Amino acid sequence: MSFINWVDERFPATKVWNEHLAEYYAPKNFNFWYFFGSLAILMLVNQILTGVWLAMSYKPDAELAFGSVEFIMRDVEWGWLIRYMHSTGASAFFIVVYLHMFRGIMYGSYRGPRELLWIIGMIIYVAMMATAFMGYLLPWGQMSFWGAQVIVNLFSAVPFIGEELGIFIRGDFVISDATLNRFFALHFLLPFVLVGLVFVHIVALHKVGSNNPDGIEIKENKDENGIPRDGIPFHPYYSVKDIVGVMGFLILFSMVLFFAPEMGGYFIEAPNFEPANPLKTPDHIAPVWYFTPYYAILRAVPSIMGSAFPGVLAMGAAIVCFFFLPWLDRSPVKSMRYKGPIQRAALGMFVIVFIILGVLGVLPSTPALTLLAQVCTVLYFAYFLLMPWYSKIDSTKPVPERLT
Amino acid sequence: MKKLIIALMLFATPMLSMGAASPVPLDDADVDLSDKESLQRGFKYFVNYCLSCHSAKYQRFERTANDLGLTFEDVKQNLMFTADKIGSTMDIAMTDKDANIFFGVTPPDLSLTTRSRGPDWVYTYMRSFYLDDSKPMGINNTVFPDVGMPHALWELQGWQEARFKKSENGQMKFEKFELVKAGSMTPEEYDAAMRDLVNFMTYLGDPSQMERKALGVKVILFLLVLFVLSYLLKKEYWKDIH
Repeated sequence: MSFINWVDERFPATKVWNEHLAEYYAPKNFNFWYFFGSLAILMLVNQILTGVWLAMSYKPDAELAFGSVEFIMRDVEWGWLIRYMHSTGASAFFIVVYLHMFRGIMYGSYRGPRELLWIIGMIIYVAMMATAFMGYLLPWGQMSFWGAQVIVNLFSAVPFIGEELGIFIRGDFVISDATLNRFFALHFLLPFVLVGLVFVHIVALHKVGSNNPDGIEIKENKDENGIPRDGIPFHPYYSVKDIVGVMGFLILFSMVLFFAPEMGGYFIEAPNFEPANPLKTPDHIAPVWYFTPYYAILRAVPSIMGSAFPGVLAMGAAIVCFFFLPWLDRSPVKSMRYKGPIQRAALGMFVIVFIILGVLGVLPSTPALTLLAQVCTVLYFAYFLLMPWYSKIDSTKPVPERLT
Repeated sequence: MKKLIIALMLFATPMLSMGAASPVPLDDADVDLSDKESLQRGFKYFVNYCLSCHSAKYQRFERTANDLGLTFEDVKQNLMFTADKIGSTMDIAMTDKDANIFFGVTPPDLSLTTRSRGPDWVYTYMRSFYLDDSKPMGINNTVFPDVGMPHALWELQGWQEARFKKSENGQMKFEKFELVKAGSMTPEEYDAAMRDLVNFMTYLGDPSQMERKALGVKVILFLLVLFVLSYLLKKEYWKDIH
């Protein structure tokens, strides 16, 4: 009796391998956009491994944190590499996830029966944002401090309970050593929650099966053995294909990591090379790029009676909108390939608006830019709120029986 | 193709660069970290003129000596004035509390100044001190108006006065400097010295950067080979899928 039989009698090793890899049938027409799921997992693993090694030398103490990062950069063997892998990895993780989400929107991957799969994905996205936000405080530079100040103040803008809520989050009346300690604890914990969520995301994916660029169900056309005619086993076909994607991605990743780890002040902001100073506000506080579209929306909404709460609500709503996509889209077809000109224009506009908002969130606000941000905010919400209407009236092209 | 363009755009948006704010245009410091002699001269200026009020407490003499190709003996004899162990950090004897009494402000640590402000800022700043009777110390700086730092290198540069011109909107606009008292260096020599200093401080901001870039080339070449191999492997597996 072989070793694997011995294991299989005690643990379903072969069964799991087959169900999720060797006999998991994926549509055969995955394109470029399907690399980003596996790349997101790669980045999560990168963040956890480099993060654990950073934690071996990092000191979550307001007096020591800034210096300990420089200690890692200068005195720890390969510390600079691990630190830059982590800081570049954070931005790369968001780039990959944004492209992964765009793929889902473009091909209607959120449509039934994949609603839960999409919602779990959105929960992952929100958890990622929380993790990234807390992680950005840890170097204890000027932008760490003031960025956290601005974001925690958003919670303080909630009517009635805001002030208490702010103190609850900070553990103090201001961003302080107490805040740094708890953010470090949570920044260490949350990635493992992310791993759990990713596991659930994949379980849900393998229950409903992968969507594809044509947006048709390969399970509806099976051969006599019950295998989808347009499906191919994930392993070896997509495992070898994803390796190509990983190599291509790592080349781009290394270009930033080794030659421009600050990425012109966007991956690591210049003021963050000054230690946090609660008495000196930087000239211009901008969150890291992956938050800036929402930050632009926050600033675009005028405050009512001196309260920034409407902006905070709009910012929250901008994220919540994504959760409802499965029910907002009333088009008879899933994929953009077979949707009509209205929906194509709407998605194109949404991408442009999202990028413009992202750029605006970095810039200091001026009356003209605020007006532009307001127009973009209206268009942003129009994309979601009008979708039940325009996706219904839009023309469609005939959807083929089999994958193209 | 369209998709690729979108993907590249998303990747390239962060490229728009952000520099430190300055009221005057900054001159190009023209940093060249492969110029070891410039780095060594910059190190000399740094310990002689900066490292008595300012610290560079995250950096060690030992590391600097190794990276700049200097012997420990050289550094110990000529460049270490207060520290005695080659492994010590480039700290100063003055405490923050004393500094506050002496200057009214703690001179900032300079380990990361070229990263927070940029090399061009430091280069222009060091060449932009001018005489200004309206200030308590009699000097000012066009890059950093009302600066609290004295012109520590006046012996080298001499003293200059700033000429301002009234612009259309009635504001005084900086036009040029005029040297009114010569220093021990000519203006060209002084600019070159400041370039050396900024070159060194750029190294100081991220001492692993030369090693990093050299390693990066090798890593990317290795990944390119793996990319081709994995692509061929993929093609071999996929040849029966239509």
